Amino acid sequence: MAVIRDVMPAFELFQPTSIADAQKLLQQQGHDAWVLAGGMDSFDWLKDRIKKPKVVVDLSGITELKGVRTAADGIEMGAMTTLTEIIQHPIIREKYKLLAESAELVASPQIRNQGTIGGNVSQDARCWYYRAGWPCYRAGGNICYADTPEGRNREHAILYADRCVAVNPSDTAPALIALDAKFVIRTSKGERVVDAEDYFIGPDIDITRLHILKPGDLLTAIRIPSTWAGAQFHFEKVRDRNVWDFPLLNVASVMMVSSGRIERIRIAVNGAAARPLRLKVVEDAVRGKPPNAATGEMAGKLAVQGAVPLQFNAYKIPLMRNLVKRAIGGVQEATWTS
Amino acid sequence: MDFLEWARSPWGQNVPIHIAWFLIWVAVIAGLLFFIVHATYLRYFAKPKEFAISGSPLIAARIPEHVPRHSLTARLFHWIMAVSMFTLLFTAFLPRVGIQFDWVTYHWIAGSVLTVSILFHIVHASFFMDFWSIWPDRIDVRDAWRRILRFFGKPAAPPPDKFAKYPLENKLYHGAIIAAGLSAIVTGVFMMFRVRTIFFPRNPYLLSDMTWGLMYVLHGLAGVGLIALIMVHVYFGLRPEKRAITKSMIFGWMSRDFYLEEHDPRRWPVEIPASSPASGDAEPEGVRDAG
Repeated sequence: MAVIRDVMPAFELFQPTSIADAQKLLQQQGHDAWVLAGGMDSFDWLKDRIKKPKVVVDLSGITELKGVRTAADGIEMGAMTTLTEIIQHPIIREKYKLLAESAELVASPQIRNQGTIGGNVSQDARCWYYRAGWPCYRAGGNICYADTPEGRNREHAILYADRCVAVNPSDTAPALIALDAKFVIRTSKGERVVDAEDYFIGPDIDITRLHILKPGDLLTAIRIPSTWAGAQFHFEKVRDRNVWDFPLLNVASVMMVSSGRIERIRIAVNGAAARPLRLKVVEDAVRGKPPNAATGEMAGKLAVQGAVPLQFNAYKIPLMRNLVKRAIGGVQEATWTS
Repeated sequence: MDFLEWARSPWGQNVPIHIAWFLIWVAVIAGLLFFIVHATYLRYFAKPKEFAISGSPLIAARIPEHVPRHSLTARLFHWIMAVSMFTLLFTAFLPRVGIQFDWVTYHWIAGSVLTVSILFHIVHASFFMDFWSIWPDRIDVRDAWRRILRFFGKPAAPPPDKFAKYPLENKLYHGAIIAAGLSAIVTGVFMMFRVRTIFFPRNPYLLSDMTWGLMYVLHGLAGVGLIALIMVHVYFGLRPEKRAITKSMIFGWMSRDFYLEEHDPRRWPVEIPASSPASGDAEPEGVRDAG
C-alpha cells in the first residue's frame, strides 16, 4: 500500500478552551471528530494517512483537564495531565507510587513530557497489520491478518481473543486498575464515572475500540481513591528494548499484608489481551496466604489458565506466569521450580 | 449511497467486505411498510373471500372436530428454528445498532443449531411428510390468476378453489425463506472458518479476499432479507384471521370449521384417526383413513 509519510491529510482543527466547548464540538461532529490529547498516538495515524478525520479537536488548551488535584478521598488527575507531571507529583510518589512507576516506564522522556494520562489509557492497538491500514476486523473489515499460521503475532493476545488478537498497549492502565481508579467521562447524557477495569473493552464487545468512549464522549479525569494509599506496590514491565518500547507484558499489583498474610490485594496485567485484565481469580486464591514463592507460583499458574498461544507468542504464557509470581512472591523469590 | 462497504486489500485490490449497515433499517422499514399497506388493504379494500364450492356434505360430516395439521416433530422443528433464527438476527444486528455484547459465540452456536435443524427438516420433509404440499402447483397458479381477475372487477372469472394444506402465499414465503436461509447458512458455515469454533481449525486464507468479501456480502444480504421476512411472518402469525393457523403450529390441529372454510378436502385430505366412529364407513374422496 502506497503511504505518503509525514504529510498529514487536511482536517479542520478546533482548539476549545473549556470542557463544555470540547464536548459540544465532539457531539456536533460525532464520528467525524478525532480527539487529540498529547498526539503521541494520533500523529502516527495522521502522518501515515491511515486515519483521515474531517475534524480534529485539540484538548491542549483546556486548563480544566490538566493537573493533579487532591480530593476528599484520594486524588483526581485531569485527563490531559502529562505523564511527566504524574511521575514527579509528590503525592503520587508518596502514596500511589505504583502509578508513578508505571508512567515512568512509558516510552521515552520526550514522549512522557508530551503524552498524557488520558491518552495513555485511551491509545489504540499497536498490531502492525492494523496500524498499516490493512482492512482487518479492528479497521472494520472481516479478517485478522495476525491470527494466521504465517502472521507476525509475537506481541499479540494469549487470552480472550475474539477474531482480533491485538492487545492493549497501555502501561498505566493495569496500575490504575490495581489502584481501583475511577474514570470520569462526559457523555451526552451527563457525567459518568466508571471503574478503571470497566473502561476497557475487548473485541467480543466492540472489535473496533479498546475502550468504552463513543463518538461525542470525553474522558475528563481519573480519580484514585485513598483505599490503597501506601500499600505494597509492584509494577513490572517486559519489553524488547528496555530504553523505549511498548510492553510485551506488564503487571501491577497492590497488596495489604497483615501478620505475614495477604489481607487485601488487586492485581492486573496488560499485553495479554485486548483489554488490561484484572486477575480476580488470583486475588481470591491468594487472599489469606503468605506473600511468598509458593503462593506466587500457585498464582502464576492460575493466572494463565485458559491462555491460547498463537504461532509465535507462546513465550507469553510462562512470561505472564512469572510476572504474576514475582508480583505476589517478590522478585527475589522468583526462581521457577516446576 | 453505496450498498456495499469496500476496502483495499494488502494486494491493492478493491474488495467488498460487507453490506452497508443502513440496509438493516431499509429491511425494518420495508417490513413496517408491508404491515401498514397490508393492514390498510384488509381493513378498507379487501373483498370477502370467495371460493368455488368444494366437497360434499358427506365429506364435511366426516371431518373431525380437530383437523390434524402439524405433527409434533414438525412443530418442534418450527420452534427450534424460530428460536435459533431470532437468536441469529438479534446477535447479528443489535451490535450494529449500538447494543454491544459478546455476540459471536451465541451467533455461531445458534447458526449451528439452525443448520442441524434445517438438515433434519430436509430429511423429514422429503421422506416422512407430503413433500410436494409446500410447493406451488398448477391449481395454485390458476387460482392466483383468478383472484387477480376478480380483484380487478372481473366477476365473470370463476372463483378460485379452496386451498390445499398451504395457501399459495404460504408456499411463496417458504420459497423465499429457503433462498435467504440457505444463503445465510452456506455462507455462515464458510465464515465459521474465520472464527474459533469447535468444528474446524481456523483458516482465514481458505478463499481469496474477493471470494470472502462476496461471501460476507451474501451473508449480510440474506440476513437483512431475513429481518423483513421474519417481521412479515410474525405479523401474519398475529393477525386475527390467521390465528387458527398459528394455533395449529402450537397445538398441532385446526378446527373443523376453519378447515372447511379455507381448505379443500380433495386437495388436502384429512386423516381420520382409527378410533373415530366414522372411520369404518365407506371412504369418500377427501377423507383418508389413518387406521
